[in-house]
Amino acid sequence: MKYQLEIQNITKSYGDLKANDDISLSIKPASIHALLGENGAGKSTLVKVIYGSLQPDSGQMQWRGEGYSPKSPFEAREQGIAMVFQHFSLFESLTVAENIILGLDDIGLDADFTEQITKYSKQYGLDINPQQVVGDLSVGARQRVEIIRCLMQSPKLLIMDEPTSVLTPQEVDDLFVTLRKLAEDGCAILYISHKLEEVRQICTQATILRGGKLVQNCNPQDHNKQELAEMMIGKKLIQLARSNITTGQDIFSINNLSRQSEDMFGVDLHDISLTIKQGSIVGIAGVAGNGQDELMELLIGEVEAPADSLIFKGEDVGRLNSHDRRQLSMFFIPEERLGHGAVPDMGLHENMLLSRPQQSEMTNYGVINWQNVEKLTQQVIDDFKVQTQSSKMLAKSLSGGNLQKFMVGRELIQNPELLIVTQPTWGVDAGSENNIHQSLIALADQGSAILIISQDLDEILTLCEQIHVLSEGSLSAAVDMKDNGLEKISHLMLGSEKQ
Amino acid sequence: MNEGLIIAIIIGISIASVPLIFAAIGELLVERSGVLNLGVEGMMIVGALAGFVVEFHTGSSFLAVLAALLAGMAIASIFAFLTQILLTNHVATGLALTLFGLGIAAFVGRSYTEENIELISALHIPVLSDLPIIGPLLFSYNPLVYLAFFMVFLVWWFLFKTKQGLILRAIGDNHDAAHAIGHNVVRYRVLAILFGGAMAGIGGAFLSLVQVPIWGEDMTAGRGWIALALVVFSSWQPFKVILGALIFGGITILQLHAQGFDVRISAQYLSMLPYLATIVILVTLRMRVKNKTNRTMPNCLGRIFHSTS
Repeated sequence: MKYQLEIQNITKSYGDLKANDDISLSIKPASIHALLGENGAGKSTLVKVIYGSLQPDSGQMQWRGEGYSPKSPFEAREQGIAMVFQHFSLFESLTVAENIILGLDDIGLDADFTEQITKYSKQYGLDINPQQVVGDLSVGARQRVEIIRCLMQSPKLLIMDEPTSVLTPQEVDDLFVTLRKLAEDGCAILYISHKLEEVRQICTQATILRGGKLVQNCNPQDHNKQELAEMMIGKKLIQLARSNITTGQDIFSINNLSRQSEDMFGVDLHDISLTIKQGSIVGIAGVAGNGQDELMELLIGEVEAPADSLIFKGEDVGRLNSHDRRQLSMFFIPEERLGHGAVPDMGLHENMLLSRPQQSEMTNYGVINWQNVEKLTQQVIDDFKVQTQSSKMLAKSLSGGNLQKFMVGRELIQNPELLIVTQPTWGVDAGSENNIHQSLIALADQGSAILIISQDLDEILTLCEQIHVLSEGSLSAAVDMKDNGLEKISHLMLGSEKQ
Repeated sequence: MNEGLIIAIIIGISIASVPLIFAAIGELLVERSGVLNLGVEGMMIVGALAGFVVEFHTGSSFLAVLAALLAGMAIASIFAFLTQILLTNHVATGLALTLFGLGIAAFVGRSYTEENIELISALHIPVLSDLPIIGPLLFSYNPLVYLAFFMVFLVWWFLFKTKQGLILRAIGDNHDAAHAIGHNVVRYRVLAILFGGAMAGIGGAFLSLVQVPIWGEDMTAGRGWIALALVVFSSWQPFKVILGALIFGGITILQLHAQGFDVRISAQYLSMLPYLATIVILVTLRMRVKNKTNRTMPNCLGRIFHSTS
């Protein structure tokens, strides 16, 4: 048997759109095979065909040398194909053990399972307590539950959809150890990811899709990161670098900011201090759920901050609401796009207007000048390549990445003196990520200050010259990057070292 | 107060709580699957009428209860079709179902308003029923009362001791995930809705076959709504439904006896008590659960499931 799974000429259309157009690929046993592509390249469709939740219009598959055309995920699992999903896959109100049982077709509730779960978790170094309720677990732990759920089906092929997007560098390393061990034991792995550096580290085969078509089958280790990215997006990437950083006066400072969280599952903030100079980009790294949301609420003005804890251009802004802060030229891009960043049921042009300060070219003594609003909205759409039919499309009808581009553009176009942004490129593809990063750098080069709160460490390392780490509600001092900086950040993110 | 009266009150409370138990335990299962059916009142009244009519024509209590069960399921199937196949809004559809049920029962029942039937009689179990105190308290009810308590046990057993029950809870928690691992969300929900209809139907029939021997179009008197409140009160835990139903049943009976004892509060205020209690209990429950995430409520409750693949 040469290949575990062979896919030949699979085509799948939704109406006029060919999500998969004549795609072929072969996965060897015991190999880790990458599936690369931008949002909308057709990765999810192909995976759903393999996992039986979609049936292709044409084309065949061979599973371990025999014809294979699954009608449902049950049939796929019967054959030994398991999948770790990116979203929607765990049940928060149920325990770890119950979640695992749900993914196993031939096991009833009576079977005593706890031991088996513990056995697998030891064997593959996946630390988990079977009796815990999933809602209480961290993101990394939830993923371990999913992996164990798959392992208990003794899979021959494990499909992983964006597995590292939410993990710390340390957790990623642990995951890779597990995956390599699995591959050694004979399980093939189909690894879907945007993160090219990781793919180069762990995969020996890669299939690259673009616009539903197969671009190339190659060994990712033969190419560098940029070549892979360019294959994915089909054009050249612009090299990013901040050449000559010129910083000016201190423009914004956070002074000994603490907060007691009202939410039972919230994180308290302890004594956070930070100073940002004009023209500099400051990054706050850290795993989600370490106080980012609580900090962002204070910075945006959704929650009032104590006196003198937030100083912008010499003024105490802690008691101002977000609208008043915008008047002073502090702008924000919150993480949650729908609800916090944009009103889902309103058009892009209306959302454009809503985040504007009171006096602007969009209004005349309070009366809206729709012509100007639409002109500016169109400008953002063009500059940031937002894919939308018109400037009046509802915010919720845009894909996450697209809306993100719009929101970044909307704030940047106002030339803020200070921009506070969480996860600026979350969910956007490599081409647009490049575009957004370029714009942020250009803004800083003009002398504006930027504060980036992001879980994507690569992003922070690329953009920021001053890096802090938020862990369990405490902010580290700026990390000195000269001497093993990355390792220090990694330790800080895990909370194992306080500076 | 003598012993006999106390026993009579306790029996009265148990009897008064039975329709609530039936309706609430059915709705509990429905809500656990992520469906909010506000049509309980409508399903109950239709069940009450179906039971009455069949009892009147055939004289068979068994057929009457069966008819109530089927009638409840039939009207619930409208809700299932609308919400699960046509993906209509749960709240609006449920309200429409209640209005429809009340209307059609009043319409069909017009020719029965003058009629009487014989009530279902209590069981007499040899030896057990004759025991002093315990006999009348525990072993002298009609079979439906025991069925109600048994159904609570059955629902609990199903939800927490069977794989299908686990799948149903999982669907209520996250229907997209359940669909992604290959469970048929719509099928589970339709079956749950039908079960809810059957239980509400029997609950309604209990009113017309056990409590009063005549038909009246306002017979359910808001019990369907109280049953809905009970599900929240129980935090979706089956056995707490019994506790809640006994409290509400107790208030209903006590206000009746209070009127009998010539308490100097006007009868209208006393009749309000069960409904006031519903409001008070729901409000205090919400105040106790201060944190934002209420862990017990099914996450997908009332949300429309639309499979995209």
